[in-house]
Amino acid sequence: MSLLEGIIEAFSLILTLDPYLIKIALLSLQVSAVAVLLATLAGVPLGTFLGLKPRERTRFISKLLYTLMGLPPVVAGLVIYLLLSRVGPLGFLGVLYTPTAMVAAQFALAVPIIAALTMIGIRSSGKEVQETARTLGAGRFLTAWTVVRESRFAIFGAIVTGLGRVIAEVGAVMIVGGNIEGHTRVMTTAIVLETAKGHLELAVGLGIVLLFISFIINSLLYNFQGGGKGSVW
Amino acid sequence: MSGNKIILEVKKLSKVYDKEVLNIEHLSFHKGKIYGIIGPSGAGKSTFLRLVNLLESPTKGYIYFKGEKIFLNDHTAALARRDMTMVFQKPLLFHTSVAENIAYGLKARRFPKEKIKARVEALLEKVGLKEFAGRHAATLSGGEAQRVALARAVAFEPALLLLDEPTANLDPTNVQLIEQLILELNKDTEMTIIIVTHNIFQARRVAREVVFLHEGHIVEAGETKKIFTSPEDPRTKAFVEGRMVY
Repeated sequence: MSLLEGIIEAFSLILTLDPYLIKIALLSLQVSAVAVLLATLAGVPLGTFLGLKPRERTRFISKLLYTLMGLPPVVAGLVIYLLLSRVGPLGFLGVLYTPTAMVAAQFALAVPIIAALTMIGIRSSGKEVQETARTLGAGRFLTAWTVVRESRFAIFGAIVTGLGRVIAEVGAVMIVGGNIEGHTRVMTTAIVLETAKGHLELAVGLGIVLLFISFIINSLLYNFQGGGKGSVW
Repeated sequence: MSGNKIILEVKKLSKVYDKEVLNIEHLSFHKGKIYGIIGPSGAGKSTFLRLVNLLESPTKGYIYFKGEKIFLNDHTAALARRDMTMVFQKPLLFHTSVAENIAYGLKARRFPKEKIKARVEALLEKVGLKEFAGRHAATLSGGEAQRVALARAVAFEPALLLLDEPTANLDPTNVQLIEQLILELNKDTEMTIIIVTHNIFQARRVAREVVFLHEGHIVEAGETKKIFTSPEDPRTKAFVEGRMVY
């Protein structure tokens, strides 16, 4: 099958809303969205806290976060696997080879990215915002909220970068999810499998869907940061 | 009675970074007056304001606001900040409308909505930006932004207003506008105002009393007229006559 034939067949699967393809795409979105939501809840407060601290006091944790930003997905998957496997400390939960385990693996990948990029964003103007809010009589909570609100472009960028990272990764979800059809198979693992099986039209179709989702996410970021005028296009 | 009551007092106040940048034995500020803190660059003027506004802790010494000893890291800081504020040389306006910026301190103090609206409108009129209420703060010029920052600071009528070089880098028209606003605010509200400036002419125009700082120490303090016409210390004389190179 040529690449062109593959693309035509792929579009046919997309336009006919092929149930297999749709199910995989929806599970991918679901797992990544939940993982990024949880990573945002953890990473944004952590990044804000670190961003407002003097650099010399956060040197070690900053280095750690930067290192973890480049964490290979298979390593993250392996660690989560060891934690969740039957003999692991969290084995009693019985969530290995379930979407929950995949969320955990993607969470581990997204948190350092969201926290580190938030920290960098907060450092650029967070101190000034904090001082201004304080001088105007804001309490701790309002000051923190003001800092986050004023750094929203950087924070949104961090979240989208985190989402882009996890939705496209394959190693971690393969290890902890097992790529079980109808249960833990997501777009990236399905692409690997279908390519190996020679079902290139399905692999290309999934690739197009993945690219399209990535385009939508990045377009939203571009517009939110002022590059566009409200339209995704 | 205005002019007699001490609103701010500092005792044995010092700040050391790599070296000592401020060391004030004693200084007091009375209600309703405008004070000018003058001195060459590096004299410790801005450090003094940051310590008073509890943005930094002093290395030694104490600050008394309305008779209460205040510290950066306890409840006294929050209480003091309810009644004092500071305008920076380069004001940071929040990424929202002009009206929302001015309302910030009022919202932080949970003023009723109607009162916030009325106060914001009155202040916009006062600073000559009535038609700018809905404008995004990022679209303002430097002078307009500084007027908004001033309106935002005085919206909740603090007892003490600290101004750190509020007209540096502004054109003469905006300098005049800001100075006029400072004088009007002081007259209307009896707000105590401390203005840090390296502009001796501004201090002379605005302040009733002047403190001359040099290398972190008070060289001379007193009524503006006296400091400018018959200074006692030769360093003060050199500074007010523009002979001190800095």
